[in-house]
Amino acid sequence: MPILSLLYDRIRVEEKLIINAAEKKGVELKPIDVKDLHLVITDPSKDREIFGDVAIERCISYFRGLHLAAILEGKNIKVINPYSILSICGNKMLTSIILAKHGIPTPKTIIAFTKEEALKAIEEIGFPAVIKPIFGSWGRLVAQVKDKDVAQVILEHREEINNPLYQIYYIQEMIERPPRDIRCIVIDNEIIASIYRYSSPDDWRTNIARGGRAEPCNLTEDMKEIILKTAEVIGGGVLGIDAMESKNGIVVHEVNPTVEFKGAMSATGIDIAGKIIDYAVKIAKK
Amino acid sequence: MKIKLRCPECDCEIELEDVLEGEIISCEDCGVDLEVKKKADGTYELVVAESEGEDWGE
Repeated sequence: MPILSLLYDRIRVEEKLIINAAEKKGVELKPIDVKDLHLVITDPSKDREIFGDVAIERCISYFRGLHLAAILEGKNIKVINPYSILSICGNKMLTSIILAKHGIPTPKTIIAFTKEEALKAIEEIGFPAVIKPIFGSWGRLVAQVKDKDVAQVILEHREEINNPLYQIYYIQEMIERPPRDIRCIVIDNEIIASIYRYSSPDDWRTNIARGGRAEPCNLTEDMKEIILKTAEVIGGGVLGIDAMESKNGIVVHEVNPTVEFKGAMSATGIDIAGKIIDYAVKIAKK
Repeated sequence: MKIKLRCPECDCEIELEDVLEGEIISCEDCGVDLEVKKKADGTYELVVAESEGEDWGE
């Protein structure tokens, strides 16, 4: 039986579920707090015995997880998800580029590098528009831009933030949708669970972290096809694919590489944590 | 198993049951978020948890 490791920097419900799932299946899983590590990258053979055959990377800090995946792959350790998936999905712009390139329906998206051009882009998209940071999660700093005054204020605030990534302006059309979106958990190119995420009465964003509510969702064949094509072009792995229901069918707007699945697991009763362990064991044997 | 630890922020006593290393708890006295850490000798300690970063999430 292969040995797995779980790389974490904070134990959320999901990490507890993964630890319990491994125990139930009799799979050895070593939880490792990455905050307690320092890793030699100039000697790739070093540290290999610590991580087992496959490392399940579950860091809450995206950049920590991304860099860790690169280091471990340099040591020939398989990582779920691999660096290639993390690097695309952790950057909304790179995700949009991949989706558009492969003809997957996604909201119209414009990138600008200055406040002035961002304002032009918002006007080109039309009000209301949506402005998002290219990185980050849980709907953090995602704003609905209802008119030009709001646009100017948001852009001025963005300009003041001392992090150059916030000055890459990612602007999207606002999709006319019900007060919910669809979250699909896809593992190894197979749809494991699908839920609707309803926004809370106090917020237009549907993130569970913002108080959103999960309910099971039955995907149509057309929807399944789009979700599976998305997983394929991203590169498989363990993904949380988010889509919205537009008048012309679903549009994919985000792919999460370290998916939080407690909402999906409790709404559907599907053992997502167990499926992640099964997938890690399968990868280890390859 | 029940263990008794002290809050590194306000020094109040905190009783924990069936803890998991890496878990986050809140100090009921001062409200600070604390992370459960295992020391080299196998005993537990509480350290002030990292606060939410801009890149935190899923």
